[in-house]
Amino acid sequence: MRQFIQGIAENSHYQATHLLQILRQIQSRYHYIPEAAIEQLSGLLNIPRTQIIGVVEFYSFFHLAPRGQYELLISDSITDHMLGKKDLFDYLAKKLDVAVGEVREDGVVSLDNTSCTGMCDQGPAGLVNGLALTRLDQSGIDKIAELINQQKPLDEWPEELFQVDDNIYKSGLLLNQQIEQGAALRSAFKRGIKETLKEIDYSGLRGRGGAGFKTAIKWQFCSEEQQTERYVVCNADEGEPGTFKDRVLLNAYADQVFEGMTVCAAIIGAKQGFLYLRGEYLHLYDKLQSILEQRRQNSLLGNNILDTGLDFDIEICLGAGAYICGEESALIESLEGKAGIPRNRPPYPVTQGYLGKPTVVNNVETFLAAAGIAVNGSDWFANIGTEKSKGTKILSISGDCARPGIYEYPFGTTIQTILNDCGADDVLGVQVGGPSGTFISNQEFDRKLAFEDLATGGSFIIFNSSRNILDMVHNFAHFFAHESCGFCTPCRVGTSLLQKQIDKIVEGHGSAGDVVALEELCQLVKNYSHCGLGQTAANPILTTLERYPDLYQSRLKEISFEPGFDLDGALETARRMANRNDAGAHLAQTDASGSRPVASLPPSMAVGE
Amino acid sequence: MSKTITIDGKVIPFEDGQTIMDAAMAAGVYIPHLCHQPEFTPHGSCKLCTVKVNGRNCSACTYPAMDGQEVLNETQELIDDRKRITQMLFVEGNHLCPGCEKTGNCQLQAVAYHLNMLDNHFPAFYPEREVDASHPEVMIDHNRCIFCTLCVRASHEKDGKDVFAISGRGIHKHLIVNAESGLLKDTDMAATDHAAHICPTGAILIKRTGYQVPIGERIYDHKEIDQVSLATEHLKHGE
Amino acid sequence: MANKIRVATTSLAGCFGCHMSFLDIDERMLQLVEVVEFDRSPITDIEHCTNCDIGLIEGGVCNSENVHVLREFRNNCKILVAVGACAINGGLPAMRNHIPLEECLNEAYLDGIGVENPQIPSDIELPLLLNQVHPIHEIVKIDYYLPGCPPSADVFWKFLTDLIEGREPSLPYELVHYD
Repeated sequence: MRQFIQGIAENSHYQATHLLQILRQIQSRYHYIPEAAIEQLSGLLNIPRTQIIGVVEFYSFFHLAPRGQYELLISDSITDHMLGKKDLFDYLAKKLDVAVGEVREDGVVSLDNTSCTGMCDQGPAGLVNGLALTRLDQSGIDKIAELINQQKPLDEWPEELFQVDDNIYKSGLLLNQQIEQGAALRSAFKRGIKETLKEIDYSGLRGRGGAGFKTAIKWQFCSEEQQTERYVVCNADEGEPGTFKDRVLLNAYADQVFEGMTVCAAIIGAKQGFLYLRGEYLHLYDKLQSILEQRRQNSLLGNNILDTGLDFDIEICLGAGAYICGEESALIESLEGKAGIPRNRPPYPVTQGYLGKPTVVNNVETFLAAAGIAVNGSDWFANIGTEKSKGTKILSISGDCARPGIYEYPFGTTIQTILNDCGADDVLGVQVGGPSGTFISNQEFDRKLAFEDLATGGSFIIFNSSRNILDMVHNFAHFFAHESCGFCTPCRVGTSLLQKQIDKIVEGHGSAGDVVALEELCQLVKNYSHCGLGQTAANPILTTLERYPDLYQSRLKEISFEPGFDLDGALETARRMANRNDAGAHLAQTDASGSRPVASLPPSMAVGE
Repeated sequence: MSKTITIDGKVIPFEDGQTIMDAAMAAGVYIPHLCHQPEFTPHGSCKLCTVKVNGRNCSACTYPAMDGQEVLNETQELIDDRKRITQMLFVEGNHLCPGCEKTGNCQLQAVAYHLNMLDNHFPAFYPEREVDASHPEVMIDHNRCIFCTLCVRASHEKDGKDVFAISGRGIHKHLIVNAESGLLKDTDMAATDHAAHICPTGAILIKRTGYQVPIGERIYDHKEIDQVSLATEHLKHGE
Repeated sequence: MANKIRVATTSLAGCFGCHMSFLDIDERMLQLVEVVEFDRSPITDIEHCTNCDIGLIEGGVCNSENVHVLREFRNNCKILVAVGACAINGGLPAMRNHIPLEECLNEAYLDGIGVENPQIPSDIELPLLLNQVHPIHEIVKIDYYLPGCPPSADVFWKFLTDLIEGREPSLPYELVHYD
């Protein structure tokens, strides 16, 4: 092991910024991060041991205790649940004889849940040793169990288990015409770099991650910084449940994305770029590396690109299971080899980003669009869309529809049009923008896709009338509690409290004041959290509470109060040890005798009232 | 003319580079806080110092003062919400004041007193946490840690040691120490370190000193944290 | 006098320290009984409370009997008050919460040093222990909280006189203590 670790540290030039990439290799080889490895790395990278442990314990894909030789993770996205995940998961656990969260005694296999893996159009999905598994069904699971029990190496597993489809059903401006390799760069240099920035400005392109900051302004700010060492980062950490369009873009349009990054580099004066690829997309890694290599050979990356004097290269950094790293400053921390904890702002990344240097962070789709604009000019883009939202938006559509997959629409398209196209009937509502977005009911399908109406990073999950909205809310509440980075009090504690409170209501233990308490808690988490995760974590509750107040109320018992824990269950140990089962050894969850609701009385109590 | 902000209508001067907290403290205006100490790089995690700046919630300890900002600090809404955030800190850990030797000198408790917090409001988590009494002079009671990272910063910035770090994610966050055994005794911690004296709660304590001052005669038994904070921390600003 | 305010008090998983502190109002007790009469309370020997205005609960909930008593108070008191650290957050009894109940019982009745005739008590008259000690607001709705270990006599006095005189009860800084 010493030699192995020495080798990867050397390949990483002993840079602590590569800690995540180093740990990924150790985890992949040993299925955990051994104490000896931490000790050795601490010396090699010259960082305290605590910094390494802090990173290991932050990311879901790293472990201090051994996992199975086959680390099996099943996606816990609501879309997987809608496709029957729970039963399959139970079947899998039984078949493999391993409990959820555990490692089988022989050490061969471990099983656990994981957050959405970005395969919502082809779930139920999972990961085995980081590689995507799709369309899991009983026969697939039988096969997987057999392969694991035979301890077949992954490269001998049948390919269909790992088959990932693009499922592009509707192409528009961006998806219709692949630009030729190098075309955007050639156009940009021909037109002039400054003029190209102007084109991007005139195009009205806004960031595609969801927040919608104007791309040209971001690039301009960055280029005007005094510090000349600058960076371009492509955010491919699409962790928002229900989003998978970046996966498709990187599978089918990677050249154009890299080209957009290179145009950005030319404009802001960056020499180094990073593609931060979520760990769940490991299956794309080799392909992307070979595209980068090809671009280097074609003088589209490296020194003196196309003889223009531009030096720029791109490095791919893989994440390790942390939704929060989609937040740009957390992503930068992660790129620096640290836990993905969002920074205080200001300063913003354009002034102090990667290693404290000016950095542009944009979404995959933004770079794709920028490359298109560099080739086709601003009008090509700006002529489509609405006044405030130019161009098109690429959606990842999943849930209850006939054709889940990728759809590209001009901004301004109504929800109803989209639902018609993907074959969704009997729709109850749509979660637009993922858990952090908005739930809209079937009364609102005339609303439009636009920054000024329904902004979205691309997630579009459809629920038909057979679905229970509270199941969705429950799933999302658990998601946020699991993914909170824990930095600030309102999010760290608040998302856990939200989870408890939603559990209480969904499981039917809520009483009169519980919805009010829930709403109060939502406002606290929303208004006081440090970053977008906490600020949006209550959205699933708030947006559904606003639309379906009765749904929540109907779950409440008509009593003034019920405990949030199982009272009789809390006596189980004592009952067993005392060997009792008489009436006095049990407790009712609610007070049968106390049907009289006792309201909190105003304090003014006349004597002898 | 010097630049100014207003806090609850009061005009307060500041210099470039100062945060809202710096400017407030210098002007004798208290903004509740737990993870902030003027000697250390601001952290912005406890969120008790949240103020409304031109209508938007910001952490006073990290947000730069800018000319003309209208800051709201002592509104009923902010006071109520700060109380709720403090209650979150109480239910998240095991804060049983009667059994804690820091009682009366504890800033978490003092902020709660200041906010007139009478109950915990939320259901208690009762997490399982350890006590590390391995070190001959300093002990860690993880039950009382609120992840303010003051010890982390003090050890790194003042002591030059990196004894402490925060590990884990979300509600599973925890304080770790820099030793293979995971025990404080195997670190280079000394009782004279800054980090040994910076904890706002009773999570890091110097052994055998806890009851030298009787309960009832301690810092916050008779003085509110706003006065104490302004009197002691004020001096350290600009150090 | 028929129109006195009826007050009931009890201690659940507490030490009666709060009750002792209440008695520390000393001679003010005479003023108090002018307008207050005690229902179920250690000083009256009334076994069950009925139709009271104010219920004062000391201690947290550690066993099944505590749950029954607490519910009786909630059903019979217009205003229910959590008195002291244990009622409010479990207090020192809650320090057992991170030890599995099985371990606690084994230590106390089976394997502990000095245990003779080891056996887990199983008389049906005995209340069973809950896995954890809980603050009372997790079992029933609570109207007011008086922190302290114990709350000082002045806290009781201030709270009760506020209520009796029709003011919203409040505690000034010097009366708020958790120790």
